[in-house]
This record gives sequence, C-alpha cells and structure tokens, in this order.
Amino acid sequence: MAKRLMKGAEAIGEAAIRAHCRAYFCYPITPQTEVAEYLVRRMPEVDGVFLQAESELAASNMLFGAAAAGARVFTSSSSPGIALMSEAISYIAAAELPTVFVNIMRCGPGLGGILPAQGDYLNATKGGGHGDYHCIVLAPASVQEAVDLTMSAFELAETYRTPVFVLGDGLIGQMMEPVEFKEGVVNPPPERPWATTGCKDRDPNLVKTLFLDPAALEVHNRKLAAKYREIRANEVRFERYNMDSRPETVMVAYGTVARICKTAIDFLKEKGHEVGLVRPITLYPFPHEELLAIARDEATRNVLVVEMSNGQMLEDVERATRFLKPISFFGRQGGIVPAPEEVVRELELLAS
Amino acid sequence: MEVIFKRPEALTATPTHYCPGCSHGIIHRLVAETLDELGLRERAVGVAPVGCSVLAYNYFNCDFQEAAHGRAPAFATGIKRVRPDLIVFTYQGDGDLASIGMAEIVHAANRGEKFTTIFVNNAVYGMTGGQMAPTTLSEQVTTTCPMGRDTSDVGHPIRVAELLASLETPAYVARVSAHRPHDIVAARRAIRKAFQYQAEGLCFSLVEVLATCPTNWGKTSSDAVEWLEKNMIPYFPLGELKTPGDDSVAGLTEGL
Repeated sequence: MAKRLMKGAEAIGEAAIRAHCRAYFCYPITPQTEVAEYLVRRMPEVDGVFLQAESELAASNMLFGAAAAGARVFTSSSSPGIALMSEAISYIAAAELPTVFVNIMRCGPGLGGILPAQGDYLNATKGGGHGDYHCIVLAPASVQEAVDLTMSAFELAETYRTPVFVLGDGLIGQMMEPVEFKEGVVNPPPERPWATTGCKDRDPNLVKTLFLDPAALEVHNRKLAAKYREIRANEVRFERYNMDSRPETVMVAYGTVARICKTAIDFLKEKGHEVGLVRPITLYPFPHEELLAIARDEATRNVLVVEMSNGQMLEDVERATRFLKPISFFGRQGGIVPAPEEVVRELELLAS
Repeated sequence: MEVIFKRPEALTATPTHYCPGCSHGIIHRLVAETLDELGLRERAVGVAPVGCSVLAYNYFNCDFQEAAHGRAPAFATGIKRVRPDLIVFTYQGDGDLASIGMAEIVHAANRGEKFTTIFVNNAVYGMTGGQMAPTTLSEQVTTTCPMGRDTSDVGHPIRVAELLASLETPAYVARVSAHRPHDIVAARRAIRKAFQYQAEGLCFSLVEVLATCPTNWGKTSSDAVEWLEKNMIPYFPLGELKTPGDDSVAGLTEGL
C-alpha cells in the first residue's frame, strides 16, 4: 500500500480503525486533540462509536463500560488528562479489560505547558493509579512506529486482557511523516465470553473489581502478578543502534529523543568515534536483561541516559545495570527538545 | 396449588446484607419485577454503584458491572453506545450520584443517553456509616454534621430530579417513595415506565426513590417511615417531573 503523509495524531486514529477498534471516547487536550477531530469523521464510516465525554474521568470510565460489554475501545489524551484517567485505568487493570490508552506527553508538572516532554514515564510504567498493577507501555519514535505500535497495542491488550499504553512525546502527535498502514496485522476482536452482553442462554456475567474477602483479593492480585511476569518474559522489545562494534559509551533513550541520539551517533561516527544506543520500545516490560548484558560487557565503559525529563527512565537503567558501570544523565525539560549538538557535547565530555 | 406470589426471575435466591427497615430490598424487587414483566432480563446489564448497594450484583439475576464511585452513568454510556440493543440501568445512592458522580449523571442525562437510572435517596451516606450527603435535610443530624446540617455553611440539600428535569433534552424523570404500600405501587409504575421508555429507545430515564435508612438515622423502622413522610416528602415532592414530549408509549400518560 502507498505511503501517506500524515500527522502523528491522525495516523494513530487511523491505526486504531485498521486494528478493528470501533469505539473511541475522548476529551480534548493539546497536543493530541487531532485524534478526536480525525475520528469524529472516520468512526461513522466504519459504523463505530465516537463520543466526546464531559471529562477525562468520564471518558475513561466509558471505556470500562464499553470494553466490559465486549467492544474493542480506546482513548487518547495528554499528561494532565491521563492523570485524571488513572482512576479508571486501575479499575480496568483490576477487571482485566482489553483497552488502549494513548498518552501524547506534554510538559508538567501541573498545567505545565503544551510542548513535548517525557515526564510521564513513571506514571505509565509504575502504575499511575492505586493498587498493584502494571500497564504494557509502548514508546514510538516515529509516526510510522506510532501506527505500528498502536495496532500492536490492541493485539497485546486482547492477548493479556490488560490496559496498554502508547506513550509518545508531543512530537509524535504533532509532526507529519510518511506512513504505511499494513493490512491484516491485527485480528478482529475474538469472542469475549466473560463480557456483559445479556444473559440469554447462559448464567449472568459479572465484571467487578471488589473483593471484600482478603484471601480472594490476594488470589486475584497473584493472578495479575503472574500475568505481569508472563508479559515481562515474552514482550520485551528494544532496538540496538551501532552496537555491533561494542562501543565504550552506550546511550539509552526512547521515543523521539532516541532519534536525536542517533543523529549524534552518526555525526560522531563520521569523526571516527563509536557510540551505541539501546532504545527501549517497550518501557514496561523494560529491557533489563539487554542492559545488564551491556553493563557486564567489559568493552562498555559508561552509560548515558538521555530523556526529556529530570531522569525517570534513568531509575530503571540504574536498576537494570546494577551500577556496574558509571551512568550519566542528560535531560531537558519544560518542553525543550534536546538538540543533537547538545548530545554530542555530553558524549565528548564523557570521552574526555 | 396456584402460585400467586414468588421471587422474580430477575432476583437471585441470595439473602441480602441490607439492614432491617432499609428500602433497598423493596426497590430491588420493583426493578426485578419490571425486568420480568417487560421480558428484558436476558438483555439487561445493571451497573452497581459504590455505597450500600455496591453488592447489588449478587441479588440481580442478570449481567452486571460494578462501577467506580459515581461513575455508573459513564459505565452505562459506554455499554449503551456500543450495544444499543442491551437494556442498561444504573442503581445509585445519593452520595454516589449527587455528590461524587454529579458530573456524570448530569451529562449522561443531557446527552439523552438511553439508559435508566434508579436513584435511591435516603438523605445520608449509608455504607461509610451515616455521613452528610448532598441530599441530607436542613438540621438533619449525621456523623459529619453532628449539630445538624447548617445550610448557611454547607448549602441546601440538592433536589436531583428537579435539577435533571430542567435540562432541555427529552427525558423521563420521576420522584417516588418506597415507604408505604400505595407509594410502592406508584414507584413500581414509574420504574416500569422508565424501562419501557428505554426499551422503545426514546430517552434517558431516571426514577428517584425516597428510601429509609433506620440504622444511620438512628430510628426504628416504623419511626423511619414516619420521619421520611414528615421530613423528606415536603422537601422532595413526589410525582413525574418530566416526560418525553412525544409520548409514543401507549398507556403511560396517566399520573402516578
């Protein structure tokens, strides 16, 4: 199929349609409102549901109701909106409902600003809501990858009956790039025998998250924990860039920042300096084993983590590498995107 | 022997956890009888609130979802939008609906979501042990207004049915009571209308049911009935507050 030039937010909307998603509940917030503006026209073409809710609280709880009634559903928002959705995300994780949440991150905390940031890493990967749960978190670095990972998110949500995040920074939502929509990537939703669809010819179904008996609730929590172990064992994805030469310095970055790091790597390569990059594509599960192997490699002398935050993924890199090698951090915040030259300067400082 | 009275099919054989003198059991039964009579049980999905009736799903013999506090109308919106063929109802108390869930119920009603809400108003938070609700009457004593509700400090009790009836969007909104037999008969008629309007795909419907809570009111069951009659009904008058303009459901126009 021919490539189309599309804005990231619109491409994510189309990807959801191609993944057989037929219901979208939303509340406007910059910088991703174009998902809604795209789907309000597109959903009716496929007999899908589009609804602008009164708040992110309501939109995310509508997602619960619709998913528990058997529909493939998603919503999109940006950082402060996702914070409001955290209530429903905890309930959805507890009820094991296949759902997709797209967070096009803007800078915070508080109202912050509308420019790109990566300050919701901890919120997304460690569970923004209450209780013991995790979401699968996918981090695209291009509009094409935003499309591919959005489709993948629906498949993963269905496989594991869990909420899945597509976590993009503001650039992913706002920039235009050529994209291709691959056909037949995601299967239509399977039968959901547990869904509340009316109890004709069967016993009533119940979708709930209340367990007043502590023993029963612990059993439920352990079931969820076993699922997260399975996800960690099977779903880790990452990209290695310029790693074959076993470079002395290895960067770790995700999303758009990883592309900036690649530009820095290419620049230094021309000058005869080899620097590598590990780009986690899944932030949960995190590529712990890959990073530990790199930390254990005697060729590795130091690690540089680059983020548009004050160092959130940094904590996972520290944990994964067990402080076997010195770790440096370079971060920009407030909506400021690091320039490749800044990354080069950081790398040169490390080498000196 | 002819059976003239039995448990509705839409109720399970589970003994409820409700206190003696509580109205929930009666209201559950009225909803269940309606689902039976209109033949809706097999395509019904209930949404339980947070509050005393959080365990309603144990008592209704139909599909159920259990919502976060106040969000039942958002759950119901999600269900009904993706499955308009289902009969969806929320069952909510006054803390759940009129306090934490006020935004969700107002906007669901304003959009004209075609589900039914059974709103049980007993003027107090029940499950957490008798705190002040948005519907707590002036000077009524609760654990968080031990000197009685001071309306100059915390405002007046909210009349939910009137508030929702003021919306332009067509709807069926009625207030009934479950404290005396003739009121229960009227309540049954209103609940039946509400579900019938939904089955016809006509409009949002809400039935506010005044209910007793002897435990948290600190009264005997019979005193609670008296208290409701003397204090709640004057402030929360009974009747139909709003009917959909085009009354296409036969036989529904007579009063309650």
